[in-house]
Amino acid sequence: MSAPQEQGQAHGIEIRNLYKIFGPDAARHLPAVKAGLGKEELHDRHDHVLGLCDISLSVPPGRITVVMGLSGSGKSTLIRHVNGLIAPTAGQVICGGQDVAAMSDVRLRAFRREKTAMVFQKFALLPHRTVLENARYGLDIRGLPAAEADGRARRWIERVGLKGYEGYYPRQLSGGMQQRVGLARALTNDAEILLMDEAFSALDPLIRVDMQSILLELQKELRKTIVFITHDLDEALRLGDKIAILRDGAMEQVGTGQEIVLRPANAYVADFVREVNRGRIIEAQTIATPAAPGAALPGFTVKARSKLDRVAQRMVEAGAGAAQVRDPQGQLLGVIDLPAILNAMVNSADAESEE
Amino acid sequence: MDLIRFPEMSRGELRALRQTVDGAFREFTRIWGDPLENLFAPLARLLTFLENLLIDSPWILVLAVLAAGIWLASRSWKIALGSVLALLVVGYLGMWEDTMRTIAMVAVCTLVAVVLGIPVGILMAQSNRMNAVVTPVLDMMQTMPSFVYLIPVVMIFGLGKVPGVIAVVIYAIPPVIRLTNLGIRHVAPDVLEAAEAFGSSKWQKLRDVQLPLALPTIMAGVNQTIMMSLAMVVVASMIGVRGLGQPVLQAINNQYFTMGVMNGLAIVAIAIIMDRTTQAYGRRLQKHAEAGK
Repeated sequence: MSAPQEQGQAHGIEIRNLYKIFGPDAARHLPAVKAGLGKEELHDRHDHVLGLCDISLSVPPGRITVVMGLSGSGKSTLIRHVNGLIAPTAGQVICGGQDVAAMSDVRLRAFRREKTAMVFQKFALLPHRTVLENARYGLDIRGLPAAEADGRARRWIERVGLKGYEGYYPRQLSGGMQQRVGLARALTNDAEILLMDEAFSALDPLIRVDMQSILLELQKELRKTIVFITHDLDEALRLGDKIAILRDGAMEQVGTGQEIVLRPANAYVADFVREVNRGRIIEAQTIATPAAPGAALPGFTVKARSKLDRVAQRMVEAGAGAAQVRDPQGQLLGVIDLPAILNAMVNSADAESEE
Repeated sequence: MDLIRFPEMSRGELRALRQTVDGAFREFTRIWGDPLENLFAPLARLLTFLENLLIDSPWILVLAVLAAGIWLASRSWKIALGSVLALLVVGYLGMWEDTMRTIAMVAVCTLVAVVLGIPVGILMAQSNRMNAVVTPVLDMMQTMPSFVYLIPVVMIFGLGKVPGVIAVVIYAIPPVIRLTNLGIRHVAPDVLEAAEAFGSSKWQKLRDVQLPLALPTIMAGVNQTIMMSLAMVVVASMIGVRGLGQPVLQAINNQYFTMGVMNGLAIVAIAIIMDRTTQAYGRRLQKHAEAGK
């Protein structure tokens, strides 16, 4: 509408050298932290808490970026910098050419209303509003006419599978259904950036997987810039196009799920990914070896981006010992065989410890 | 050194202190008495109008309107019917007019207390400094014997309705202020954060989140305020407020046992009617809190 940016072009987010120190005199301790003062020392000697330390992260537009870490790692602090709920001690959060940290109150409110929407761990629905009224909440704040807000809210309520529940109050719904309302509320806002703070962590495992599927399904067509916070590696690997691992306020590793599982940057990350089902993460193209020139190609074909567990299952069912890997354009990328697949699926670290 | 006698001011100094303060206040009354009385004149007119309306209208119409109001607020036939019965008995025992005066008085006092108290409570919830300043004032309003602040009020306004309303409001306003403050401060922080994240302004946060979620608590404060205004009608009758308090005062002075009990019970009847009605109304506001459908 009045926004100067190109229509329909989703924006990424650039987080640059972000520092957050909690305490009454944060700015004074910044130089010491930049010079290498540790989290524990800062706390013991100066009674300030180091929330984030020199975080730089590029969030690509239209993809899901997962920030993963255990509690206290600073992941919730980080996501709150994106919509200015927390102001950084130093650093920038650039979105659509503007630094969120430097916005005035009025600009920040407009930014939150039009560019972002957020889903919360504890749902944070308004208990005195019905499902429909909750879903249209963001539009109400923006002052949209009631009829239009209702129409848009109803559409999204239907999309998250809550048709027929429009008149219910949140307390009458289960946790999973409440979070669907939370998702509908965020989507109704029709913002390009979707912030999800441990959105599915409070749900039962089965419902959590359900909600992940709904999100992936919607994302296929919506192509929003999503920042997703979680402490669950399986969730991170399933959802994340890009994964950032935080620990004690510092960035440990950034990469795709495969990169993190196959090449953990340090012992901490390696520990994290030890128990992961690698067959579900690694793609066929990753372990494909170039076909020997002139040799006969195997008769069976698998897709380049298929995960190894699916590939193995199909090859065993078909009785094929080897297969050619082709990308969506039909281009031959290489060949794989069952022993190589098995080898990649077995965690090398585990294998060593067994001996 | 004498440690038995407390080292107090001399009598002469004490008298001079009292005379100075009294003199200054008398001067203040002389200058500001009339302007202040004019300022509160609309309040007196409102109270007189309401009183006359209740007394001069046909009693059956008044009863019907009261019953309808009670039913609309409580949506309970039991409360409405019980109220009508109680009012009929009170009227039959010769206390209809005084009861109407007292209802008018309590209504106006509650209105003033709510109109002043809710904004003050909101300000207290928004600012810790405001909270620190107002809380001791409220403590003082609630514990200071009401006779003490009747003195300056009567000096300024004389006897009558307005000083009565002021005395009652001073005594009855603290609960609505305190509970508005408490209700807003207890709104869940995650819901507030959500409001913030969707770009609410301060006013939108107050209107859409804080006030609606605090409403049941605020209603409990309004209920308390009504009860306390009723408790003050006897004291207020000492400075010329007419109503059920006056016969009670008369009964105390002359040892009329039955008259005292009857008027006292009439006050109790009004109190129960108002309490049940406002509580039922408060519960209706929380319908969304009930689980299941």
